Amino acid sequence: MTVASIPKTQLLNIENLAVEFRTRSGIVKALDQVSFSVAAGETVGLVGESGSGKSVLSLAILGILDAAAQITAGTIAFEGDNLLTMPRSQLRAKRGTGIAMIFQNPRVALNPIRRIGQQLRDVLIAHGGLTKAQCQTRALELLTQVRIPDPHQRINAYPYELSGGMCQRVMIALALAGRPKVLIADEPTTGLDVTTQAAVMELIRDLGREGQMGTILITHDLDLAAQYCDRILVMHAGHIVETAPTRLILTQPRHPYTAKLLAATPDPHKRLDELTPIAGHLPDLRGTLPPCRFQSRCDRAIPDCDRAPLKRQAIAPDHTVACWHPLPLSSGVES
Amino acid sequence: MAQQSKLRFIIQRLLAAIPSIIGVVVVTFILTRALPGDPAVFFAGPSATQEAIDQVRASLGLDQSLPIQFLRYIQDLLKGDFGESITTGQTVLYDLTTRLPASLELTIAALIFALAIALPLGIVAALYPNSKWDHLIRFLMTAGVSLPTFFTGLFLLYVFYYRLNIAPAPTGRLDLLTSPPDRITGLFLIDSLVTGDFEVFIQAFCQLVMPAITLGIFALAPVARVTRASMLAVLSSDYIRTARSHGLAPLKILWSYAFRNALLSILTTMGVVFSFLLGSNVLVEKVFAWPGIGSYAVEALISSDYAAVQGFVLTMALLYIVLNLSIDIIYGMIDPRAGQ
Repeated sequence: MTVASIPKTQLLNIENLAVEFRTRSGIVKALDQVSFSVAAGETVGLVGESGSGKSVLSLAILGILDAAAQITAGTIAFEGDNLLTMPRSQLRAKRGTGIAMIFQNPRVALNPIRRIGQQLRDVLIAHGGLTKAQCQTRALELLTQVRIPDPHQRINAYPYELSGGMCQRVMIALALAGRPKVLIADEPTTGLDVTTQAAVMELIRDLGREGQMGTILITHDLDLAAQYCDRILVMHAGHIVETAPTRLILTQPRHPYTAKLLAATPDPHKRLDELTPIAGHLPDLRGTLPPCRFQSRCDRAIPDCDRAPLKRQAIAPDHTVACWHPLPLSSGVES
Repeated sequence: MAQQSKLRFIIQRLLAAIPSIIGVVVVTFILTRALPGDPAVFFAGPSATQEAIDQVRASLGLDQSLPIQFLRYIQDLLKGDFGESITTGQTVLYDLTTRLPASLELTIAALIFALAIALPLGIVAALYPNSKWDHLIRFLMTAGVSLPTFFTGLFLLYVFYYRLNIAPAPTGRLDLLTSPPDRITGLFLIDSLVTGDFEVFIQAFCQLVMPAITLGIFALAPVARVTRASMLAVLSSDYIRTARSHGLAPLKILWSYAFRNALLSILTTMGVVFSFLLGSNVLVEKVFAWPGIGSYAVEALISSDYAAVQGFVLTMALLYIVLNLSIDIIYGMIDPRAGQ
């Protein structure tokens, strides 16, 4: 698909993205053949275990990957413009205003020795057009928008003076400061207690709806994704192995990995011994890899699985899967 | 509220310094008494009779028991009397107040020189780790710290004074014909500016350049190394990534976000480096005939001049306490979390 043919509603369109890390012990193929798109107002869940490449993907989208990382193939198009070929200054202007990100561990993701009001003003000034007084007003407005009680007082606080939940709200306020069209939330509820988690997630969902933002929710928690996302992408070892609307993923997983991920996800109706851990580890991403990176952990693997190239294909409307032998439709359907 | 807690923090630190001061007083007293050599014998001269020695001993108060000597020492200290130096014949207080500013001026100038060079280089090395620049900077810094200060000093003198004749003769703080500015702080650069005597200022500055560089070269490596390490750590931190994700300008990120945070560990090292420089002044002072506190102390030590050695150690200890206190205070100004 060429960049030009993207329908207008698609804000972000990623095609065939590959990212490699040069390390001392060899080249790590962190992402490979990653393609997906995000439309205005939609929430997409990016789900997979730790190390599957979710965060690398989000950093690649913003162009703030480590120096050791290299994008070796693909395009990342935002509103039709390829971010990868854009001049640096132009790309920087897109950060915050086009695409913004909320990070995990908000306490360490905020500058520890700068007042939160000052950090908000920094972002507002970076995107220009506001006087000092306007910045102050807008900063207060943002803090109010993310439901921080007593914003006049809190604007002068340092991050260490705020709770984890409050810090995450500040992170969200920072992300919203540039009125972005796409919001990437990377494990936004890590380290927060359950009630705060729900409040933060609802805040993200509501803000996404109000601003017609496209939201990418990155999480290892399939249950969380299921609650808030319209569509779920399942990642495994740098591949997107299955994509489908949330309901379909939950009821009719077709990739063996998705099915195992579901079986390993706790929910109130399951006893602890009913949870099945996924056997094996993520494969070593150095050296040559089989077309299907789940092969070594898959109990359905047969010699035929080595056939290349393995592409993600539509097996139903809105449902794609990267597997030579997807699970039959009946399997995995629960009650 | 914040102002109040800051004041309380400073008072707390000051109070915490009192036990250290008492400790230093006791330890210097004992140490000087434990030094080998008998000052009475030394000052009575080589051909003195036992009676003459005893007389000198009595006049120095050394015939008393140690506890009584200690009590007298404390009494004198409380009166601000550091005793008399038997080598210079002046009161120790006078010697110290004339010589300490010379050492301080030299050390501060050396530190400013070191910071001006090492901070930018450390930042560059951190921005491009393992690059050509990084390796070159590391090589230069290591070379700087590997050369003994007396060698660097003599080398600079040989090249810039003897060969090129662009540096002034190593005659101390001023040339032999110029009289020092009116004493206000004892720092010639400041005093001459305050009194408006620019000629003296320029001369004092020129005299200061080479010894300051000699001493400062020694401090380049530790400052550059800590700057590089802490900048590297800060640059890979989550909040720098956050700042980048918001599209802040690179210079803004480097200065307001990275450097200010890195400054916290740099500051701690700066304190250590400063005390270290102040203590290792003596070789530079010798080479440049700088009338500092280091050479004074060495001479006093060699001639078993108790009062002078005690005065020196005590001054240095007080100086370290003041230095650490000011570093704590500056730290508290940069890092709001300190002292909470």
